[in-house]
Formats: sequence, structure tokens, C-alpha cells
Amino acid sequence: MTFYVFDGSLEGLLCAVFEWFERKPGQVKLVSEAAFLPDAFSSTLHIYNDAQKADRVWKGMESKLPRGWIRRCYCTYLSEQDDAYTALFEFICYLFANGAGAEKNYGNPFVLMVSQTARKVEREKHRMEAFIRFQHTADGIFYCGIDPDFNVLPLIMNHFKNRYADQKWIIYDIPRRYGLFYDLEKVEEIKMDFNTQKNMISASSPALSEKEGLYAVLWKDYFKSANIPARKNMKLHTQHVPKRYWKYLTEKQSG
Amino acid sequence: MSERIRAKLNILADAAKYDVSCSSSGGTRKNDNKGLGDSHASGICHTYTEDGRCVSLLKILLTNHCIFDCAYCVSRKSNDIERAAFTVEEVVELTMNFYRRNYIEGLFLSSGIFKNADFTMERLLRVVKKLRLEERFNGYIHLKTIPGASEDLIREAGMYADRMSINLEMPTESGLKLLAPDKSHQDVIKPLGFVQNQIVQFKEERKLIRSVPKFVPAGQSTQMVIGATPETDKDIMHTADAFYRNFSLKRVYYSGYVPISNDNRLPVLGSQPPLIRENRLYQTDWLMRFYGFHVNEILNDANPHLDIDIDPKLSWALRNLQHFPVDINVAAYKVILRVPGIGVGSAKKIIQARKFGKLRIDQLQKIGIAYNRAKHFIKCADSPYQLKDYQGTQIKSFILAESQSKYIKHDTNQLILF
Repeated sequence: MTFYVFDGSLEGLLCAVFEWFERKPGQVKLVSEAAFLPDAFSSTLHIYNDAQKADRVWKGMESKLPRGWIRRCYCTYLSEQDDAYTALFEFICYLFANGAGAEKNYGNPFVLMVSQTARKVEREKHRMEAFIRFQHTADGIFYCGIDPDFNVLPLIMNHFKNRYADQKWIIYDIPRRYGLFYDLEKVEEIKMDFNTQKNMISASSPALSEKEGLYAVLWKDYFKSANIPARKNMKLHTQHVPKRYWKYLTEKQSG
Repeated sequence: MSERIRAKLNILADAAKYDVSCSSSGGTRKNDNKGLGDSHASGICHTYTEDGRCVSLLKILLTNHCIFDCAYCVSRKSNDIERAAFTVEEVVELTMNFYRRNYIEGLFLSSGIFKNADFTMERLLRVVKKLRLEERFNGYIHLKTIPGASEDLIREAGMYADRMSINLEMPTESGLKLLAPDKSHQDVIKPLGFVQNQIVQFKEERKLIRSVPKFVPAGQSTQMVIGATPETDKDIMHTADAFYRNFSLKRVYYSGYVPISNDNRLPVLGSQPPLIRENRLYQTDWLMRFYGFHVNEILNDANPHLDIDIDPKLSWALRNLQHFPVDINVAAYKVILRVPGIGVGSAKKIIQARKFGKLRIDQLQKIGIAYNRAKHFIKCADSPYQLKDYQGTQIKSFILAESQSKYIKHDTNQLILF
């Protein structure tokens, strides 16, 4: 067996597909550099990125796949998971080997894996759209820090840009160390130099605008009032709002 | 100032919470004026209350003063509760500021009837106009149509709202007369019909002239209270079906009655809301809208009530075993959709995947069907050969034996008498 080792970028993954078709080595396993452990019995091929090769593969995919599937492939890549990289690589190879329409074969494990991983990523994206809570800071920017399971910032950018067109906002991915800043004109990628693990700025902080506290309290009040105690069903509640997201939610903060 | 608004919000959100609709889907408003808000095709639930219901809209009453005395309603005239009313500015400010923080998708505005229908409707209209025209708000607005309001007001409100709704309250006219003698279904049907006609008319005009504004783009919905009066499930679903057909409603909501008063016409205080029944009704509703079932197949004179222990699709299948087993590799989409344990998503995947070869059990499981349930009703490439035909009751006991019903807990809860 041969290991294909790539650098973890989408370009690298597409180049790996290109190399596979150039060499036709049979069974290979694609791993990212970060997860690669050499072993004594397999040979290794390091993939060198080449924008032209990657472009050719991407163009080929675009000509063979409907748009929904192109997005699924991109989402699968954004999951940043090793077995998802492998599935995506195998899926693209399978697609080129079998021609357009092959993506409909849900009986194929890689097709299914790509479709299911993409679903997971889309779900996380949707949760971010739902659970992000902006705090209005004293300098007039609406801020939220997040740490999503997958790298979903590129997916949620347009949603927030279209929706909050008349206010400045920042969404910062804390563990991935980058964020998006909208300055009323365009969205920019930003890096900030700060060490925080907290998603929310504490309610008493002077960094918040003067009315922020009032609206947070009103929202908490509203959340309590909207509940019907006679129908209490905590199992359903945590199914819809898993506990790992509670740290984002204004209504779940005590005090 | 802040104490006053807090008190108002508590009273008026509390009074509005029995309206179940919280959908924010179907809006098509785009943020093309550099304002605030952009609708999301599928809607977004921003949080869920502890009873598991979605919160996507700021759901409030403009006021809980009301001239009516409907027995099932907390805001009824004779109820001794605190009353409050928002000003137009307060509602607008709350909506804008909640929306800016990504708390909500928009506003659900309803109201008790104060003075008369026109006066109330006119107030509601002022809120939505201020939001849309002055604040350039493009989020979702769900507005209650006030029965008896003038057609001009309703038409104008429809230009700014995304969805409008009127509650049917009780599934049958006789039930409504019992609890709310001042009201009748006719009061609901007239404005529902009016808005429906306007929607059709505006759509027709839009085809010819693109600049015709949108009118209630997310359609209309209604709500029925379940378990307050002794209707059968059949009555309820047949009423729902008629309203879906006659008024092209987007949704009918079923709200299990939560006892709120000592009125002897109603279930006593402290009795459990009929949550399982509500769930079964929603399942039936889904079968009618997405699975191609006709209401008569599920509920008819022979079966006026839905089974509590199994879902309506399974119960239909057990009554109609002559249609099964279905061969997954040849059957039509419509037929596969009727198999218990297979949903819309899986059925579509099966149809596409079987073009590449006969499907096996393991593939079906991976595609995501509930195989333990479906296996009694399907055949696929490697189904085990079965000599014996089981009876419906036997299949039911197999399925019940290996499934853990999420309702068993509630059942005991409801049955403790001694």
C-alpha cells in the first residue's frame, strides 16, 4: 500500500487526485501531514501543491457534478477530519473513474460518507447562524467569539453580511485564530492578538455599550416568559440546544 | 424606565406563548436597501424553551386588554390578571435591538381586542409600517389578522407582513360555541378567504408587472386547541384537511390545551396537557402534506382515533398489510414513501442508489432507514426468506418489544391514580 501525504489544504487534496490518475498506483491511503505516521511496509508519496493541477481537477469536478455536490465536497473539506479527507479523495477518484452521475450511488461508502459529512458541517453552520449572540461593545461593534466543531466561518460569511448590512460586526473563531470583520462595506479576514477562551464578554465589563446589559436582561426575561412549565421536556430541550452550545447563549448565562 | 419595560415584556410575552406558531420560513425578503435583516429560506430557530419549543420570533401581544370572554384564553375579560400594553415605539425598539444581537428572526405580533377590531388592527399596522418603512427592517413579521377588521386595513397590513394567521381555536363550530359564545368559525373563514384571494391576485399581477409588491409571501396559518373539547381525532384532521385545501394554508398548528382556569366546561387545573395526542396529530399532518396520504386513509369512521402507542404511518401499514412487503429495488417512490421507517430523505436516496445495483440490507441501514421497523414491510436483495406470514398484531408486538418509546415515562405519569 502507498500513503499519499498532503499538507491539509484543499489544493493539496486536489493535487493528490491528479497524482493518482497520473500514476494509477491502485490502493492508496490519503493522510494529512499532521496525522501521518510512517510505517515500515508501505511506501510514501509526498504531494507537492501545484495550483494548475488543482485547478484542472476542480474544473473537472465542476463539469461533472451539479452545484449542490460541489458545495458538499467543499463542506466535507471544511470538516477538517482525516477520514473525511480520505472519503473526499476516494469520492473524487470514483467520480472521475465512473463519469457524471456517479455521485447518485448512495450504495457506495464514499459517496455516502461525503454526503453525510457535508450534512454535519451544514448542521454546524446552521447552528452558528442560530446560536451566535452578538454583544454591542462600547466602540459600536457587535462582537461574538465562537469555537465551532468545524471550520464554518467561510460558510456563514454571506449570511451575516447580507443580514447585518447596517452594523459593524466581528465573528471570531477562537481556536482557529481568525475571524471576520464587517466594516459596513466589505467583510475582511482578521487576526487578533489576544488570549481568551471565553465566548462572551462578561456582563459587567466596561468594554460593553451602555444599553447592552438592559437588552441581555430583557432577552433572558423573554426566554423565561415564553416557557410553558406544564409542558416541561428537558430531554427535547437539550436535543435541540446541546449543552456544548450553552456558553454562546445569552439566555443561558446566570446572573 | 427599564423596570417598566421589563414588567410589560413579562406580562405580554407570557400571554402570547400559547400561540404555537414560531415558523420563520418561507419569507423571501432580501436586504436590498442596506437595512437590517435578510430572510433565510428555511427559517432559523435561535433557541428552544425548556418545554422544547422553538423560539425564532419575538412573540408578544401588543396588549392583553380584551373585550372577549373566551373560556380557553388567559387574557379573557373575566380573568383577574395584570394588564399591560406596549406603545408602538417600544415594540419597534425591542424588535430592532433583539434582531441586531441575533436573538430572533423577527416579530410575531398579536393582540387582545381593545375597543374594536379596526382600532386594534390599525395599531398592529402602525407597528409593521414603522418597522418596514422607517427602520428599514427586512426580518420576518408574522401578524395576526384581527377578525372583523376592515378589508382595507388587512390588505395594507399584508403588504408589510410575511405571514398572517387567524386562529380557528376549536376544531368544530359546536366546540367553539361552547367555550366562546361570541365567536364563530365564519368570523375566521371570511378574512382567511379574503387574504387568500389577495395572495392569488397579487401573484397573478406580479407575473405581468414585476414591480407589484409582495403580499404575505410566507402564506397563512391557523391553530386549533386540542383536548379542551371532546372532538375526535377524525374531526380535527378533517377540519385541518378542509382548511389546507380551501385556503392553501401553509400550516395548521395543534396546541394541546394547558389548563388555565377552573371553568367546569374545561379540563381541571393541573391535568397534563395531551402531549402524545398532539404529537400524533402532527405526524398525521405530515403524512398528509409530505407522504401523499389522504386523510381518509388514516382517520375514518372505523378508526376515529389515532393510536397512542404507535405512530399513524405504522398503524396504517398494519391495517393494510395487503400492500406489503414492498420490493425496495423495484417499487415506485410513492410506494416506498409509505413504508414505516422510511422517510422522505431515505426514499429519495433509495430511488437514486438502486440504479447502480440491487440494494442490500447493510446499504439500506447506512442510508439511514429505521431498518428494525421497516424490515417487516420490505424486501431487498438479501432479505432472509420467510415462510410464515405474520399478523398485524404480531408485527406490532415485535416492533413495540424492541423499541423504547419516549412516551412510556409520560404514560405512567398520567396514569398514577392510586
